[in-house]
Amino acid sequence: MKAVYFAWVRERIGLAEEEIAPPESVKTVGQLIDWLAERGEGYAAAFASRKSVRAALDKTHVTAQTPIAAAREIAFFPPMTGG
Amino acid sequence: MIAPTVRVQVEDFDVAAEEALLTRGRRDIGAVVAFTGLCRDEDGALAALELEHYPGMAEEEIARVAGTALARWPLAGLTIIHRYGKISPGDRIVMTLVAARHRAEAFAAAEFMMDYLKTRAPFWKKTHRVDGAQGHWVEAKAQDEAAAARWATKSSDPAQ
Repeated sequence: MKAVYFAWVRERIGLAEEEIAPPESVKTVGQLIDWLAERGEGYAAAFASRKSVRAALDKTHVTAQTPIAAAREIAFFPPMTGG
Repeated sequence: MIAPTVRVQVEDFDVAAEEALLTRGRRDIGAVVAFTGLCRDEDGALAALELEHYPGMAEEEIARVAGTALARWPLAGLTIIHRYGKISPGDRIVMTLVAARHRAEAFAAAEFMMDYLKTRAPFWKKTHRVDGAQGHWVEAKAQDEAAAARWATKSSDPAQ
């Protein structure tokens, strides 16, 4: 699946997007965050405060409990500050 | 139900021209409420704002919020434009234009749109400072969450 990152999540990870292949055991958004956070310092910094990171599956807001299922794209970003 | 007009763009917009488009040929509209959000200079400290967005989701999420507004109030027209990229103090960032038969629903829907858009539409602001110091990502405010939460009802909360 494709992972996309925005704002300081993007800056800390150092990538705007990448292809990821989480193991079968990763079923939910929260489990995917745990898996990503293990990938290196940048990822650990990006996901250090779990409650400060929001997620979207195929461009729809989701929570940590949401199953990833067959989603094609997952996005991680800080709380939004538009308007 | 009417279809909202949603645009996410780099370019500036013309509020009067958008209002003329929204009301052209209509004889049923009695009220238009226009909200425009501008970039503040934070008492001279801010050189510019950089607005990042999630292409595709930004448009979809604004349209979802617009759909909720259209389901909740009897509106005659709805246009939302949100800019991204580098924006200077004094420049326009966002516009919500609501047309209705009467002013009460136009005012309420415009306020609802902005409260929800701020907490749900995927945009992020980064500051560029006049003194050249490191800019920072603007933090979401608890009061914005509270402003959005006050509209929540069991039947119309788009988070449901």
